[in-house]
Parts: sequence; structure tokens; C-alpha cells
Amino acid sequence: MMEHQQTLFEFMGQQADKLAMQTLQHIGLTFISLFIAVLIGLPLGIFITRKVKLSGPVLGVAGILQTIPSIALLGFMIPLLGIGARPAIVALLLYALLPIIRNTYTGITGVDAAVKEAAVAMGMNKWQVLFKVELPLAMPVILAGIRTATVINVGVATLASYIAAGGLGEFIFGGISLNNTNMILAGAIPAALLAIIFDFLLSRVQKLNFKKIKAGAYGIPVLLALLSSFYFIPSAYGGKLTAGFTPEFMGRQDGNLGLESKYGLKIHTIVISDAVMYKAAFEKQLDVISGYSTDGRLKAYDLVVLDDDKVIFPPYYAAPIVREESIRKFPDLEKTLNLLAGKINDSIMTELNFRTDYLHQTPERVAKDFLETNKLYKPSREGNAGIIRIGSKIFGEQYILANMYSMLIKGYTDYDVSTKTGLGGTKICFDALTNDQIDFYPEYTGTGLLAILQASPATVTRVTKNKDSTYNYVQQEFIKRYQVKWLKPIGFNNAYALMMRKQQAKNLNIKTISNLKRYLNSR
Amino acid sequence: MIKVDGISKHFGRIKAVDTISFEVQDQDNLILLGTSGCGKTTTLKMINRLIEPDSGNIYINNKNIFEQQPEVLRRSIGYVLQNNGLFPHYTVAENIAIVPQLLKWDKKKIEARTAELMEKLHLDANYLHAYPNELSGGQQQRIGLARALVSNPPVLLMDEPFGALDNVTRSNIHKEFKALDELKRKTIVMVTHDVQEAFELGDRICLMDKGKIVQSGTPAELLFNPANEFVEGFLKDQRLQLEFKAVRLRDLWGLLPELYQDQLNSSSLSSDIDLWAALESFKFSNEEIIRINKDQHTQKLVSFEQLMSAFYQYKQAMA
Repeated sequence: MMEHQQTLFEFMGQQADKLAMQTLQHIGLTFISLFIAVLIGLPLGIFITRKVKLSGPVLGVAGILQTIPSIALLGFMIPLLGIGARPAIVALLLYALLPIIRNTYTGITGVDAAVKEAAVAMGMNKWQVLFKVELPLAMPVILAGIRTATVINVGVATLASYIAAGGLGEFIFGGISLNNTNMILAGAIPAALLAIIFDFLLSRVQKLNFKKIKAGAYGIPVLLALLSSFYFIPSAYGGKLTAGFTPEFMGRQDGNLGLESKYGLKIHTIVISDAVMYKAAFEKQLDVISGYSTDGRLKAYDLVVLDDDKVIFPPYYAAPIVREESIRKFPDLEKTLNLLAGKINDSIMTELNFRTDYLHQTPERVAKDFLETNKLYKPSREGNAGIIRIGSKIFGEQYILANMYSMLIKGYTDYDVSTKTGLGGTKICFDALTNDQIDFYPEYTGTGLLAILQASPATVTRVTKNKDSTYNYVQQEFIKRYQVKWLKPIGFNNAYALMMRKQQAKNLNIKTISNLKRYLNSR
Repeated sequence: MIKVDGISKHFGRIKAVDTISFEVQDQDNLILLGTSGCGKTTTLKMINRLIEPDSGNIYINNKNIFEQQPEVLRRSIGYVLQNNGLFPHYTVAENIAIVPQLLKWDKKKIEARTAELMEKLHLDANYLHAYPNELSGGQQQRIGLARALVSNPPVLLMDEPFGALDNVTRSNIHKEFKALDELKRKTIVMVTHDVQEAFELGDRICLMDKGKIVQSGTPAELLFNPANEFVEGFLKDQRLQLEFKAVRLRDLWGLLPELYQDQLNSSSLSSDIDLWAALESFKFSNEEIIRINKDQHTQKLVSFEQLMSAFYQYKQAMA
């Protein structure tokens, strides 16, 4: 903001290595899958012209595959093939299959019956008819199918980054998470260009005259194989341990950039969506992941958080933030909300999240159980001295907290409660608060500092030395700027964290990020 | 010689061809004539096994074709289709070379043979490197014929070969067809629904209906001795023209007067042509006379009236 705004070209220049690698991966993914799709689709398309009865079912199945949303298809692949290139390629090839089979079928059945009859009548055998007559004449239509499949694949391959297969999706989805337009464009523009370029090149191939296509028929597989090999060039390195980081984590100073600059950590890293990251770690496909320290899956998958001994992850202590006006209006509110202060530490929060996220218990039940165990629960007084509006963001932990606060307010005061849970993100929640749509919601100190106050790097470095300095800074600034008060912290710190499988961490004797670096540097 | 012996073919419940037998003599031109759906094309396609019959046998030169490999059989039978069936992705030269290449001829031989045929069919050698869609319908049909003739097969099958052409082009091609020496040496089976064409080109005609042969014989036999009302009805249109086409000058030879008077400016006609063609050559001026050669030594000089009178006598004798 106050500093020089980075341009797209500066970003691309800075990230040229990554950009080149992602582009090569993208081309590779597109063409490996396309190549295999042609190897399967072309013979299958030819086959169903010979067994016309099968054409309906085959085209039907391929059509159904096409209608499965890409993300869902990638999701189906994970239990079958794990993460990485394999499931991505299989998913992409399934998408590419329909246009190739259909156009092969249409192209061959569209060859003039008189020409086919002449070929047979002159004494060609069925292979000669296929290779000398049917395929050359159907080639423009078949190529049109391959062209469609290529463009589809370039597009869908951006999603491959969700399951750690790389490609330009890393920048695109990283950019979306980080709200970094340059990063989005650095991925989206090359992806669009690839689609346009390949479409153009294939349209030229299509327009070549029939003669040259005969030569092209041999050239195209060779070219496909060549382009496919791109994928293996960048991934031809490995390491002792493999890390899986979310696109957002990759681009953040309090993420991978900080790991590199402050710890000097160099680890073989793949980019993956947080939806599958924990499971992949559990299944030993990843060794180190970037997660949230109170995520329920930490417990579900038996992972352990590595200690951030050089403090690169700023503290994300949770506390309710309340409009000052509401505190004046509802005098009993502040002390009621503070009943929860210091009651929930990291491991308790993880346990509670585990129960909602993994055991699928309702947030109400989890909240009530917790309050009862801690002897905080009181039945509702059914009061009507005013309505307090509670907000929450759209994830499990916030639902649990909102429910606890709701129960406490009803049990300890004469106020009634209305909850507005599931407010999309930080900005939506905070805007609702400042615009008097809600009275309070649980927020995290780190988010307040970075996302709401958007503090300068110097300030961030200064105030994130420990949890108290961060809390004090955001508390002062929020009062000053927004007339919003931070109440006492609830106790847990939902920060970024590096995690490993408990067993592996123990075996390798890794407890801190510095331990991890030492292990990676040792031979 | 082709011998078709009791062949039948069903498509589902429909009997397309029902126990048909016929023979084609060497170098004869047999026409399968009939309306759409009478089974004539199915019959033709069974001769080169494009369609396999349900029962019956076919012999070409006393060899059972069902004992031969279909591809090998087909390479020895020329085939001409109505819509020419030229390969659109092959040049004219490549189209003509298809069968020789299957037969593994060397390049020189293919080129020489192609050039020979192009000349015989009055096609410019410049067309050799053109693609079929760059040619007119008549030219395409000639290329189709060249492709069928290139390996000099003894047997030629033609499925409505001139059906897609306009009348002017068709009558020109008919003339060339009759004049082409290559075709005179071939045993030909041709399918058509055009009675005029059948009478003009056929030595013998098999008139078919509902999968059966109604009558087979020379054009004159069909015309003057129809087997039943169907045959008579089929030949009813433009009957006079058919009659003129069915009668060759050779058939009238004995009925023509012997005249030894020499006329310098008269045209000379072969006795192989039909009466229709002879009549067409009259310019209808006074005292006009045409010269007819039976062979190099025997010729007659005939006036229009004498020719018509001979035809009338011939017709009475046939009835």
C-alpha cells in the first residue's frame, strides 16, 4: 500500500523460475493426458464404428464422465490413486476422452459410403481401408476432437494443483487465497495463452491438405510425446522429505517465504489444497504440511505441530471483538463473554474441532458438552432485555465459539440472542460489525493485525515478537480506528504451523522447525 | 464367363434376391435392368462379394468365387460405381494407381498404363495431379472407369455408372463407351434402371422385378417377344426408339437391297451399330444414300426408304 506497488511484470520476473517450471508442468500434464487419451480414444472410436451397438453405451459413459465437475472428479481420484501427477493425469484423460472418441466415430462414419465401397471393391483389406481411406478422410474431424480435448485439458489442468500435481493452478489458486492479483494473472495469462496457442497450432494442422496430414499422422504422436515429457523435466528432483503447502502458505511472508528466509529451510515442496493435505500426510505421501494449529484433523490423523522456535508465524490468539456501543448498551455482556477467557487452550480447541470436523457432531452439542464439563453451563433464562447479535466466520471453530457465547449469554443474562453465523470471510464479518449488523464475533490477533489493520512489515516484525505485544497493539488500534474492543483472549492460538506425523517426528527426533532444517541438511 | 447359379439374399424378412440364375458369355455385356428395389444392385454386388449371398454359387471362368479370398477376387474384377467413389484425398493419378499398387506393380508400369488409359478416355494428362473435386462429373466418371480398367481385369461390374450424369454428358459417354476397344474385350455386368441405356449398351438384358428375373434375352427378344405383360409394360415408353435401338444393321443385312452404285460423298457406317444410330446419320437431303460396311470387302449403299422398309419386314418376321 504505502510502499511501491509491484507490477505484474516485476512479479513474473521475480518468479520466472517458478513460472517456467509451472508452465512446463502445465504443458506436460496437458499432453501426457492427451497422449494417453488419444491412445485409448482413437482405437475405441474406431472400434465402435465396427460394433455400432456399442457406440451408444461407450459415448454415453464418456459423456457422463464429461459432466462430472472437475473438482469432484479430482476428488474421486484421491482415494484410488492418491495425490500428485497420477490422479491428475487420469482425471484429465477422462475429460479428453469424449471429444476424441466422439469425433473419431463421427469422422469415420461420415466418410462417403461410396468411397468406402470403392475401396473394398478394389480389393483393399480392412486394415488398408482403415489406414488408406477412413482415417485420412476422417482426420480433419478427429483433429477437431483432439483440438477440443487440448483446450479442455489446458483449462482443467489448472485444477491439478489442488492435488499436488503442479501446473499454473499453483499461481492462480495461490493468488486467489492471498488476494494477490499479480499472482493470479501470472498463472491465468500463461494458461490462457497456452490454450490459444495450442488451439491455433492445431487449427493449422487441421487445415493442412490431406497429403501432409498423412505425414502429420506420424508427426503428431511424436510431438505429443515430446510435449508430455515436459512434465518430467521439472519434477526430476526429490529430497529426503516432501512437504505439501497450500498455495496461500507458499506466497506468505509468515509462510514458506519466512521458512526460507528466517530458517533457511530448503525442502522438496509440492503445492496442494488443504482439503486433502492432512490425509496425504497421514497416508505418508507427504511428510511435512502447513496446517492450522487447532485443526481437528491434526488429532484425527495423529499429526504433531513443530515448534516455531524462530517465531515466523505471528500469534493468532482468538478473542471476541465487540462494538464499544454494544458494551455500553448491554452492560452485562463483557463479563459474560469473558467467562470463556483463558479456558480453551490449543489442544482443547483441537479436540473440539476434531469432534465437529471429523466425528461430525453438531457445534451446539460440542459447545454444550464443553460448558457442562467446565461447570459453566446454565439453562436459559428466557430473558427479553434486548437481543445480542453474534457473528461468526464460516468454519467449524467459529461455529462452536458462537454457540458457546450464545449459551452463556442466555444462561447468565436476561438478553436474548440472534446468531448470524457463516459470514464468508474476515472482511464480511468485520464489515458487518462496523456497520452495526452484529454486536461481536470471535477474531484472531494475527488476522486483525495483517488482514484488517494491514500493518506495515516493520510494524509486524515489531509487534509479533510475542502474543501479548500483538494483542496490545491490535487492541489499541481497533479502539482508535473502529471503536471496537478486543476482550480477553480465549486462550488458544490458531496459527499457521508445520506438522509431521507423530511417529516420524519421534523417529527422526524432530520437535522444532530448526530440528527439521538440521535433519534436512545432514547427510 | 460368369455363371450365377441360384443365388438368394435376404435382408431381415425381405427377400432382396430370390434364387436367381444367369450366365454371361465372354466379352458380352449383360444389363441387369429393373426399378429401384428389384434386387439388381444386390445381385451385382454378390458377384464381387461386397454382399455375401445366403445360398447359391457364382463361378467366374469355372472357378467358384466363394472359394477365393475376397480381396484377391476383387482385384481381378473392375468395379465402377454410380457416384464414382473416387478417393477425394488422392490425386487422379493416385486414384488410378490403387489396384496396381495392391498388385505391387512397379512405378514405371503404372505410369505407362495410366498414360495409355488417359489418352484412350480423352483425358488431358494435366489432370493427373488434380484432385477429383476439381473435375467435372463426366471427367470423374471417366477416371472411375480408368481406375476399374487399369489392371486389365477380364470382368467389369458397373453399378449405374452413368446415373449421376446429365443427358448430354451421358450420351457422349455412351458413344465413347461403345467405341472403347478396352471394353469390347471385357465381360461386363451393368446395372441400370434406364431402359434406353440398357438397349443402347447391352448385348443381353435381364429384366428383374421383386428379386426375380422376369425375362432375359437380347434387346430384340425382349421387345418383340415379351414374356408377359410386365415386360411389355416396362418397355412401353418411347417404344419406337427402343425398337430402332434394339435392331442392328447386321440383323437387317439380308433384307437390304444389293446396290453397286458408287457415291463419293456418302458416309460409311459399320453394320454393328443399331438402326437408331444409322437413322441419326441421315441429313435428309434429296436422294441421300448411306454406305454400310459388313466387313472390309462387303458393303451396301442404302437410302432412308430402303432402310425403313427392311426394318418393317424384320419386325413382321419377329412377331
